[in-house]
Formats: sequence, C-alpha cells, structure tokens
Amino acid sequence: MAVHERVREYYEKELIELRYADLFKEERVIHSPQGADITVEYPQNSNLSEVINFCANNYLGLSFHPEVLAAAKAALDERGFGMSSVRFICGTQDRHKELERKISEFLGLEDAILYSSCFDANGGVFEALLNEEDALISDELNHASIIDGIRLCKAERHRYKHGDMRDLEHHLKETQNKRFRMIVTDGVFSMDGDVAKLEDICNLAEEYDAILLVDDSHATGFVGKTGRGTHEHHDVMGRVDIITTTFGKALGGAAGGCVVGEKVFIDVLRQRSRPYLFSNTLSPVVVGATIKAIDLLRESTALRDKLDQNARYFRQRIRDVGFEIKDGFHPIVPIMLHDAGLVQAMARDLYAEGIYVVGFFYPVVPRGTARIRVQISAAHERHHIDKAVDAFVKVGKKLGVLK
Amino acid sequence: MSEDIKKLIIDYVKKEYLDEDSDQVVTEETKLISSGIVDSFSMVSLKMFLEKKFQIKIPDEKATPEAFDSVNSIITLLKEFTPL
Amino acid sequence: MAYAEKAQRHYSSELTNIRGAGLFKEERFIKTPQKANIRVEYPAGAPNQDVLNFCANNYLGLSSHPDVVAAAHKGLDTHGYGMSSVRFICGTQDIHRELEKKLSEFLETEDTVLFPSCMEANAGLFEVTLDKDDAMIADRLVHASIVDGMRLCKAQLYNYKHLNMEHLEEKLQETQSCRFRMIITDGVFSMDGDIAPLEKICDLAEKYDALVMVDDSHSTGFLGKRGKGTHEHCGVLGRIDAITTTLGKALGGAAGGCVSGRKEIVELCRQRARPYLFSNTVPPVVIAASIRVIDLISSSTDRRNKLEENTKYFREKMTQAGLDIRPGVHPIVPVMLYNAKLAQDVAKDLYQEGIYAVGFFFPVVPQGQARIRIQISADHEREHLDKAIAAFAKVGAKYNILGKKKDEVIAMYGM
Repeated sequence: MAVHERVREYYEKELIELRYADLFKEERVIHSPQGADITVEYPQNSNLSEVINFCANNYLGLSFHPEVLAAAKAALDERGFGMSSVRFICGTQDRHKELERKISEFLGLEDAILYSSCFDANGGVFEALLNEEDALISDELNHASIIDGIRLCKAERHRYKHGDMRDLEHHLKETQNKRFRMIVTDGVFSMDGDVAKLEDICNLAEEYDAILLVDDSHATGFVGKTGRGTHEHHDVMGRVDIITTTFGKALGGAAGGCVVGEKVFIDVLRQRSRPYLFSNTLSPVVVGATIKAIDLLRESTALRDKLDQNARYFRQRIRDVGFEIKDGFHPIVPIMLHDAGLVQAMARDLYAEGIYVVGFFYPVVPRGTARIRVQISAAHERHHIDKAVDAFVKVGKKLGVLK
Repeated sequence: MSEDIKKLIIDYVKKEYLDEDSDQVVTEETKLISSGIVDSFSMVSLKMFLEKKFQIKIPDEKATPEAFDSVNSIITLLKEFTPL
Repeated sequence: MAYAEKAQRHYSSELTNIRGAGLFKEERFIKTPQKANIRVEYPAGAPNQDVLNFCANNYLGLSSHPDVVAAAHKGLDTHGYGMSSVRFICGTQDIHRELEKKLSEFLETEDTVLFPSCMEANAGLFEVTLDKDDAMIADRLVHASIVDGMRLCKAQLYNYKHLNMEHLEEKLQETQSCRFRMIITDGVFSMDGDIAPLEKICDLAEKYDALVMVDDSHSTGFLGKRGKGTHEHCGVLGRIDAITTTLGKALGGAAGGCVSGRKEIVELCRQRARPYLFSNTVPPVVIAASIRVIDLISSSTDRRNKLEENTKYFREKMTQAGLDIRPGVHPIVPVMLYNAKLAQDVAKDLYQEGIYAVGFFFPVVPQGQARIRIQISADHEREHLDKAIAAFAKVGAKYNILGKKKDEVIAMYGM
C-alpha cells in the first residue's frame, strides 16, 4: 500500500530525529502505587529498583492515602464504577453536585462545574464565554492546556511577558475598545515554581475592568495558609473571578478538573462548554475520593503544613550544599544547571543513587536554563529529603557541579 | 455580474450541503447558518471555496456566522476583498 | 469582582435566551449506580423516583458490574488511587502497559496509547500526524471532539456529505496534490446509530492513497461478531490506520480513551500529542478495572450477543407498535418525532411512566428531525424492554402518532 509505506517512512524519520535530538521520551515503568518510595523498572526488563520519587504532583501525598482509598472504595460500592454518560443526559449523581458545592466553598466562590480534567476545563472555558468581540490577555508562560483552550476561542489574542505588569497594563490599554477583556494566568508556573503576582494583577483588572481567570492546578490544596490557593496566599480571595484547577495533582491525583466562579459564568458553561456537553461525566469513584480529599483539607492544615516545612527544609539544605535554585517557597524546586547534557547526566546518576528526578531542557524551557525540577511532597519524610541532598552532593561533586 | 455570483454561491451550497432529494429552497436571503443548512464546521469549506474562487484571503475575524448567514451577506463581505 | 457589570448582564441575558428557546439543559440527579434500574430526583427537591434508564452509553452493562467493581477494588489496593503525573514523568505503571497491549490485541492493531479520554485522543491525534501540506477529509457529522481536534491541526480541512461515498471520492480527487490525505469518520454516528461504510471507505483510501481514521466510541466492545468494533463488523480488520475509542462507554464507563493503530502513529502520539504530554495519566483504579473488562469481553461474547438480541427485539416490537424508528442494527434507536416540543413532551410523559429517555432537537440534530434517542444495554432484561415498549405505545397513542409517517406528524405538530 503506497501511502502506508510513505507514511511509515515519514513518521519513522520524525521519530529518529527525536532520538537524535535527545528528545525521545522513554517511559519508566512503575510497579507500585504512587508515594515517596516507589518500585521502578528502567530500562525495560531490567531488575526492579526501589527509588524515592521527587517528580510527582502528589503534593499532599493523597494519591495513596488510606482515607482517600477508603472513600474511593465506598464510592465504588455505593455509586458504581462508571456512569457512561455526559452530565446532562444521565451522568449527574447527587455526589457530583456535592463535590461542586464543596470545591466552590473551599475556593470561596459561588459555584463550580466539573470536567474530566483541567485540560478539558481550560479547553472549554474560553470558547463558551468569549467571542470575536472580546480579548484574551494571557501570560506567555501559561500551561499548554490554556494555550489550546485559547486557540479554540475566537477572541482577540494577546500575550504579556511573563509576570510583567507593565506589559500586561499595555495590553489592557490597547484592548479598551473590545467588549470584554479576560486576563489569564497560571497561579503557579510549573517550570520555575514561581507564583503569579495576583495582587498587582487584581489591581490592574479592577482598574481596567477586566475579568480575571487563574489556573491554580499547582496550588489548590496547599498554597496559602489553609491551602485554598494562590488567591488566599496573596490575600485576594473574592477578587479573582474564575479559577480553573485540577483534582489530578494534590487533591488525589486520579482525574478531574473544574471551573469555579460566579454562578452566572458557571451556568453559561453548563449550557455551552463543549467538553462538558460532549465528554463523559466524572467517575463516581473520583467524585467520592475527591470529596474526601477536600474534607481532609478543611478539617486540618496538617498536610499542607508538613509540605510547607518539607519544602523549606529541602530548599535550605540544597542551597547550603552549594546548588543554585530559584527563590521561592513552593514545593516545585528547580535546581539550575543550565547545560542540557549535564542535566541528563545528573538525572541518570541520581537515579542510580535511588533518587528519581526529571531534567528539563530546551525546548521545554529556554536555552541555557536547563534544570532538574524537584517536587516535594507531604509524603516525604526527613530521611527521604536528607538522602536526596546527599545524593545531589555526591553526584554534583562527581560531575563537577560542586567543588 | 452580481446575479451570476449569487447563482454560483447558491449552486455551491445546494451541491455541497444538501442531499439530492432535498426540497430545501435556497435563495439569496435564505439563512444558511442559523437555519442549520451550513453548520460551523461546513462554513470552513465554504470559506475555502470562496477564497479559491475569488483568489482572496478572508481573515478569521471577518469569517463570522453573521457574515456567512446568507448569500447576500456573503457578497457584501466579498466586496471588501475583491471588486465584483 | 473586577469585571464590568455589563458582563454579568450579558451572560444572564444569554441564559434567558437559551431558556426562551427551550434549549436549557436541566440535570437530573441520580442516587444509585448506573444500571438498568436507577433512582432519580427530578426536578430538584422532588421525591425520588425509580425509573428504567434508556439513555446511557452503558451498552454492555459493565458500568457497575460486580466483576469490574471487584477489579477496581483490587487495583486500588495494589496500584493506588491516582498517579499525579503525566505519563512520561512518573505516570506509567506496569498495568498501563498491560492495558495498552490488551487493547492492541483486542482491536487487532499494532500498538495502542492511552489518553485520559477519547476527547483528548481526538484532540491530540491530528496535530501530530498531519501538517499544512496534508488534508483532512471528514464526514460532515463527525463527533464534536473530532471537530475540535481538527481545528487544532494545520492541515487543510475538507468535509463530505454524511456517508456519501461519491462526495468523498470527489474530495479525494480534489486533494490529490496534498502530501497525505486522511479520511476521518465515526464508526457509528451517535444521533442516528448509523454505521460508516468502512469497506467502501477503505477501498477508496486504497485507490487514492489515503489514510483512514475511525472514532469507534459507539462500537468498541459490541459491534462485530466478537465485539471488536466497526472494522470487524465491516470486514476491514487491519485496514484502519488509526482508531480512537473510549473506555468511558461500553468498556466500563468511568474514564479513559486511546489511539490504536499503526505503530508509528501511536509512537508519535506518545512523543508529541499535547494531551498526552500535558495531561494526567489514566488513574490506576480505572486501568485495573479496564483490564478486567477487556478480559471479560475477549473471553466471551455473551454480553454483546445479549445486547444484539435485546436490540433486535426492541426494534421489532417498537415498529410493530407503530413508532417511527430509523432502521438499523445498532443499540442506538432513534424514535423519530420530528417536532421539538413533541419530543420534549413525549420524554416528560415517558418519565412519568418510569422510562428515562431524552429528546434531541435542533441544533443538536437538524431542524424538523427531533427524536427520542433510546440506547439499549445488555443490562436490560425482557421485562424492561416490554415496559418501555408499552410506555411508548401508551404515550404514542396519547399524541396520536402511532402508525404515522413523517409528513403526517409534521402536519399535526409542525416543524
């Protein structure tokens, strides 16, 4: 079949190019649940290794938490495994409404709408609310799902330089003739762990009469005194109009996402948002487990406190031994090495020392800013962190990063 | 000249979007998009046909459901890009 | 709140318009697992009602099946609830690989890659396989998620009239200067339950040197003698280049989707598809249950056989009772009512009779084509089907539509 030969050749060539550019991703196969200690098979068919995981979004350790598991099991028995339906046909259980209520209360907003992922939430929010009469003003480093969501929307697109309030203001001035303007930013940016300057952004949004949407996927559950997110952290709760976030990171890590905001926005999304109308409803198992996760966080700040302490401890120690990290408090800690080859060698050697981390380099991050991105979890104990630091020192010396 | 162009577009719409046995009437004022004859998905092919036929490029912001909703409104839009 | 009051007014008035047009979707609250029998609260605050569900994609009755639930329990114990990671960082467990392998075996393809949903599989597939020198030639009625996926792709977009092979051939001829052409179709279209003529499509693809992509979400698990899907049903196993399908309908109904097909296409998705790279991995609890599902349907065709018998019986009896059914073999049975308000009224009355079904009307289906879309399940027993048929007969008599054709119904109720 001629086309198949042509196609195979073409795609094989693409794959080979990826390998040459060292961009080919090889999956490591995990044989255990997600936690601080995991069992990994890498490369394929090799013996299993016990390593400490420092690259999951399992910030609060809920992915294998006994109470979350118990809630998942109860939900399986009480509400079944799947609904096989979109929400508005026969895919809404009482529990779905309960979860919507709980997440909106938790984030301090009026109402919420569930999606099967935050990727879908971001894919469905802009197009349903805005059109060619409006403008979207988005931080240049926003998550890929926001970029894709904006691509599906006909509103005029503007990008402001990362965290640059002057540039943001410039775009707000430029778009004053549009009907509605929406500023879009991640709450926490996942490559650097830096936090959006929400107070400044809220001020600008108010001054220029713009709607503000924040994607808080790397914040919900643990940023802010009681883990409500970046808006709590910056003391601007009540001033952010719409929050999109995920249940697939800190809040259990299985699946699910949502858009939270004023009731009128949410009602429009329920009637118009394509992923909501055309994609399967959230599984009862995920709904039950997520309700439990939110309940746990409302009852006590123990988990986010432990995460906070762990993060500070790791940042302190890794700096003390001589590594360069970006300033901050967030559990995302980028260890800056600048050179892509060095990052790959270091990640490899750290793995051999039982520390599982991932390196990022161009094109994921700008040239010359290659780093190992460590993610701290409440599931980590002191000894996990100490072991990691020791390994970093050992490998750092070996590779000439440390003297 | 305008009459020929109207017929061109009406014929294209009938051929592309209606079944052979359809008794749907299409005039220059028939609401193409809001009646569902041309859905937003098919609007893309209609836009491409017009661009090819008249050797023009219609920017995305101008390719709105309103502008495409009738043969007359399409001709108004085309006039922005080519002398008809 | 920083946004203008005019935004709030604008959106409130949008909602008022939607209500006014009779298009407002109201949710019904279900208090039980998804099965043939469910308990529903509707409207909000009303006393609970036990009804028979005829509008779920729960084709094989596996969404609350004890075996599947047991496998989910076990999966929670051995592999946990979530992974909190994208696939390629630390989101791949041994069971993910196992499920991908089993899906490839079941669908008889070279390789499979999982996505969090078929919506995301469709969103990612075209962008990684096609570029501006290529052409996408899609059936006009493909699923919304495919439309969105095509919008994210730079290839030129063409469409052909629904199931119209002559029109498809014209498009193939028109695009011969393109580098690659991909014919894109649903295996089964969800509004009518009609099946794509895959044999003819594959023949055309071969003749004109094009690729074939099929979204088999409404077929995988039950169409074809062994339930492999539309490609088995049409006798073209091995001739489809990319199949996307869901685990969120017949195969358990919780979550998950995949791209399955030629290994280079699948591998490219692993390396480049944005939803794969940037979205959470499918959770272990779903993977474990899905493995069990594939084992169940691979080892026995009992469930798909029962579904097929149920479907035949229902279609026959409904036609005998005088309802206007679109002919076909698929468990999606559109009961044609043509007029939107009539469809809504009939659905309401059926609900009072204990039959939960939903009316579809413009713009979801063309004007004048309103219907109640019944979905049969292997979970339905004879008595459930009989109850539904009796209810339809009763309500149909009330509205005087039994034995009437389209023109007569429209004459009575308008378009």
